[in-house]
Amino acid sequence: MKAMRMTLSAAQSQSWFRAPSILPGFGLTMGVTIFWLGFIVLIPLGALLFKSASLGWTEFWEIAFSSRTLGALKLSFGTAFAAAMVNAVMGLLLAFVLVRYQFIGKRIIDAAIDLPFALPTAVAGIALATLYGPNGWIGSLLAPLGIKVAYTPLGITIALIFIGLPFVVRTVQPVLEEVEVELEEAAATLGANRFQTITKVILPTVLPALLTGFALALARGVGEYGSVIFIAGNIPYVSEIAPLLIVIRLEEFDVPAATVVAATMLMISFSILLLINLIQTISRRRFGRG
Amino acid sequence: MDNPTHYDGHPGAKLRRGSLQESRLVTGLLIGTALIFLALLLFLPLIIVFTEALREGWGRFFEAWGEADAIAAMKLTVLVAAISVPLNMVFGVCAAWAIAKFEFKGKSLLTTLIDLPFSVSPVISGLIYILLFGAQGLLGPWLHRHGIEIIFAVPGIVLATIFVTFPFVARELIPLMQEQGTEEEEAAISLGAGGWQSFWLVTLPNIKWGLLYGVLLCNARAMGEFGAVSVVSGHIRGLTNTLPLHVEILYNEYNFMAAFAIASLLALLALVTLGLKTALEWRHGAELAANKTH
Repeated sequence: MKAMRMTLSAAQSQSWFRAPSILPGFGLTMGVTIFWLGFIVLIPLGALLFKSASLGWTEFWEIAFSSRTLGALKLSFGTAFAAAMVNAVMGLLLAFVLVRYQFIGKRIIDAAIDLPFALPTAVAGIALATLYGPNGWIGSLLAPLGIKVAYTPLGITIALIFIGLPFVVRTVQPVLEEVEVELEEAAATLGANRFQTITKVILPTVLPALLTGFALALARGVGEYGSVIFIAGNIPYVSEIAPLLIVIRLEEFDVPAATVVAATMLMISFSILLLINLIQTISRRRFGRG
Repeated sequence: MDNPTHYDGHPGAKLRRGSLQESRLVTGLLIGTALIFLALLLFLPLIIVFTEALREGWGRFFEAWGEADAIAAMKLTVLVAAISVPLNMVFGVCAAWAIAKFEFKGKSLLTTLIDLPFSVSPVISGLIYILLFGAQGLLGPWLHRHGIEIIFAVPGIVLATIFVTFPFVARELIPLMQEQGTEEEEAAISLGAGGWQSFWLVTLPNIKWGLLYGVLLCNARAMGEFGAVSVVSGHIRGLTNTLPLHVEILYNEYNFMAAFAIASLLALLALVTLGLKTALEWRHGAELAANKTH
């Protein structure tokens, strides 16, 4: 820390911006980075801001609070939240099983967790729609029980569980691997039973990571399009997600409406991410790493 | 360390199995639940892609692939990946060099901004380019006057693909190069090597597996991207249709067999990517970034 402050103060005498280094290439690589970031990410996202700002408040709110937009947003955030909850529970269980137990085929199972990252979303979409459709392998089993999956919010939730699973497993797994067994031994010698050790020693340690995984799965779920539209059936007010509403507005050449839905979606997503970040900082202060 | 049986032999720790490990019944239940959940959620969709693709036999399968539109879609997908992946690779190496090897103000902000595309919906990733380059967009009229087509044409598809795959390489390389530090490059420079020489001979050999890992994931996403590309492509068959978009068109035309035939190749690409990625993790785990998260 002290050394860093010294380099920083040394840097200030030379350049207010960066610490001195004998390595070359800072100007070139920084220039390429800033140019590419600006050209690909910042200017286009700025266009979204500019376009929404140029609409004016009344028009913005009128579209944002129309019942169809509200319905789509509620559905997107609701299903993404439900899916992220399921993923938090199942992802924690999977991470625990993969870290703590030995069983046949474990390495393959571990590798397969990333399948949703690698599989193109459209492929996942048509596979899930076929599987859970009324004539599909799972859909036909559930139909006699009166459970309809395809073309309902339940179907959307299942697609989002598929998409979000790796986020939770991959954030919790490395933290769980590092949980100090000494702590568990200490708890056990002090008379805690296994259930108490898990809920009072292991769980608090992985909680910040679990929250990160939950937030990542939620953010991905809210914006997800490809894997959802096939199983959703896309009925307005029932199973029409917000990203699809953007596409529909664009197909109607109603660019302002598409922009408003997109801007509202981004605002809500970023607020949620910020809120979760805040909760995380607090829980990290209380329980340690994440 | 993480082998639970280790504690049984631990001196002084004569605790019953129940206090340091779950009972056999609970262990079995947990593993069973995990396996059934994964079978239903991950493996069944994968199996159905291949069974549906081959439902009407290999003949029909190859027929679906022999169609001119399918071949055009395949060519476009390869072209888009061949442009966007190298560009993001160069960007990723530059960003990682600047961020990992130097100390400067605003570094964490820069890192956050690089990650930004991951938290933007694919559909919005396409929309922003329409707002910029589309007919009603900020630069639309100017582009139209000069006869430059970006939206509903290949450049738009490439831009949207670059956006969604933007962070992959940088994200893999930054933590890896931070971990490796600057000593080796500093030694090379002080021994008289030039900047490029020390990059090619010192840095690149150190990061090659991490770079390959990032490029692999970047390519898988570039070839499989659907939402962002769908918004900017205009779905012109044979011209602006990538493979994932072609899958959608066939599916919506109730040509399920052909849709799954095309999809099965994309699924195969995903499996190959997963296989290579896993092999890299097993063989060169130490030379990849410390974190396994994406």
